[in-house]
Amino acid sequence: MKRMMAIVEREMRKFFRSPALMMVSMMLPLVQLIILGNAFGGKIRGARMGVVDYDRGSQALRIHEAFDSIAVNIRTFTTVAYDDEQKAREDVRTGKLDGAVIIPAQYSRRVLAGDSPAIGLVVDNSDQTMSNSLEAEMQSLVEALNAPVIQQKVVQQIALEIVELYPYVEYMKYLLSGSIALAMYVAVMIGGGMLYIDDKARGVHEGYLVTPITKLELVLGLNLAGAIKAVLSGVCLTVIGSLLAGLGVIFHPITAMLLFLLILSTSIAFNGMMFLMMVRVEDPLVPRAIFGVLNTLLFFPSGAISPVSGFPKWLRAIAVADPFTYAVHGFKAILLKDGGLAAIRMDLLFLFGFGIVTLLIATPLFKRTL
Amino acid sequence: MNAGKPVAAIAVENIVKRYGDFEAVGGITFEVAEGEIFGLLGPNGAGKSTLIRMMTTLIPVTGGKAIIAGYDVSREPDAVRRTIGVIPQALTSDVDLTVEENLSIYAKLYEVPKAERQRSIEELLEAVDLLKWRGAQTKTLSGGMRRRLEIARGLIHNPRIFFLDEPTTGLDPVSRVAVWEMLNHLKNTRHLTMLITTHYMDEADRLCDRIAIVDHGKLVALDTPMALKASVPGTNVVEAQFTHASAEWPARLKQLSGVTAVESQSAGMYRLLTSNGSLTTTQLVEMAVNSGETIKSLSVQNTTLDDVFVHYTGRQLRDEQVKALGFVMPPRPGVQP
Repeated sequence: MKRMMAIVEREMRKFFRSPALMMVSMMLPLVQLIILGNAFGGKIRGARMGVVDYDRGSQALRIHEAFDSIAVNIRTFTTVAYDDEQKAREDVRTGKLDGAVIIPAQYSRRVLAGDSPAIGLVVDNSDQTMSNSLEAEMQSLVEALNAPVIQQKVVQQIALEIVELYPYVEYMKYLLSGSIALAMYVAVMIGGGMLYIDDKARGVHEGYLVTPITKLELVLGLNLAGAIKAVLSGVCLTVIGSLLAGLGVIFHPITAMLLFLLILSTSIAFNGMMFLMMVRVEDPLVPRAIFGVLNTLLFFPSGAISPVSGFPKWLRAIAVADPFTYAVHGFKAILLKDGGLAAIRMDLLFLFGFGIVTLLIATPLFKRTL
Repeated sequence: MNAGKPVAAIAVENIVKRYGDFEAVGGITFEVAEGEIFGLLGPNGAGKSTLIRMMTTLIPVTGGKAIIAGYDVSREPDAVRRTIGVIPQALTSDVDLTVEENLSIYAKLYEVPKAERQRSIEELLEAVDLLKWRGAQTKTLSGGMRRRLEIARGLIHNPRIFFLDEPTTGLDPVSRVAVWEMLNHLKNTRHLTMLITTHYMDEADRLCDRIAIVDHGKLVALDTPMALKASVPGTNVVEAQFTHASAEWPARLKQLSGVTAVESQSAGMYRLLTSNGSLTTTQLVEMAVNSGETIKSLSVQNTTLDDVFVHYTGRQLRDEQVKALGFVMPPRPGVQP
């Protein structure tokens, strides 16, 4: 036990003596949280919509009034008047406009005659987000224009009433769970994987191997130190990330305790996984080379960026075996839904179990000799 | 072992190490007595480090056995580890930790009791002259100081037997001499048995009570430095360089009185082993004058371990040393030792 703690002491002294490691391990997830959190998930505002009006009648005026209302209220787009459809199309193509609406000649007459006229919408569908947003806005406008002026006495319509369990979750809050897991992964990768292989290559482990330390003490010492580093990184990012995303739940004692449990189990799972991957590696280039691949393979299928249910089957299979998935699910359940222990019980079980199993596999593979 | 014979500190019997078809160490046998400094001399790749790694439990033994302080390295590795101190070839102290922290961590790894730990650290820091550097981070130390720290680290648990794998490789001449003096002092004050591997002849000559010459994984000679030198035919070495030495010169040099061997080196240089240095030198000068040959340089010296090595292996160790000096452990990026 004392010898194991000596390994932990050595690792932690090194860790605190090189604060750069801690900074680096948190830099990527923090930058990702801030940039991606603000870049995605926001609603489209201030798009430029060209309007070519060949009608100029009373019904076209209703469309102009609706556009003015959009420009003032939800501000999805503002309009620019065009005389020529070709010019408007060209400007959409070159990016001067985000979309263009074509009101055809005789539009008002056909509306009043009940002749179902069509309004044209030109969109740049190379940008799916923008085109979907403009299409949705125009669709709701058309539905409003189609609504009868005089309502029927008995309305035969089924309505869907949506009940939102939680307040509106901004994307940054959604992303925070993945960022915490990512920070812990980077801490384990650098503080565990890379430093472990570097130490091996520099002969530091040779120094350990001539002492009476047992294989189990050495394995447990290295893993305990790695887990502590990941926990520290996870705690720091949970606090900083929650403050940035405006999540105050972390200050509730029960929530804080559950978060700590989740951070602990995640660090054990990640550390066990990393140790298993690195236990027979000798070349210091290997962990550096696989860092990006592993990051992509573990982070993106976890549901950190978008829901797992939207993945194809093969990607879902990766998500099922990926410890990131359970960490992200657990953090979301606590940070966004205040789910309590019941919501994260299976995540905790998987993460602790995963960590123990990987460590049990790695221990016999660990060589007590050179 | 015989009942009357004192138990050897190290007893290696027909030890073998194979990596697939390659035999790195092929059946070496020797014993090291208590309190002795024993040198394993040989060029890089001779099998010295493999041999020391087997004796220190770092790599498994393929065949034969090694008994260290009465314990079999294959059967009782933990008992061996408690008895020995090891200084690996590479500088393995942690560069981010201070001198004292490095020693403290290793004291804990050896489970040195807390009460003894501090006293032992103080004593060793004084012995290796690092007392005033105790709080310095290891990365700020020079190569010589780091090697001294490693020596202190290897002795933190007061071992009986000390293994040093090329302890002065990469050090400047002043630091090397300082390490030799320190090792001699430690051996006397701590009653240590030491086994040192080296490819430096002067190091082996100056430090070791007995030397084993290892080449291609085999033991080719084993004795005291004096006895080894005496075993080489000829007691002197004459080195002469001629301006225009012709092809028949080696044969002519061999006919000089007392000459037992002539070795032709580059740039008209010849190395003669002779039993009578002064007579050979006189005849050589006369022969050069009579032949109209100019002698560029001439020196006479006693037989060295270099000559012993050439005699037993048929190779120049100095060539191997040049190669070895080219090998320096890669420093940690951004850290100047």
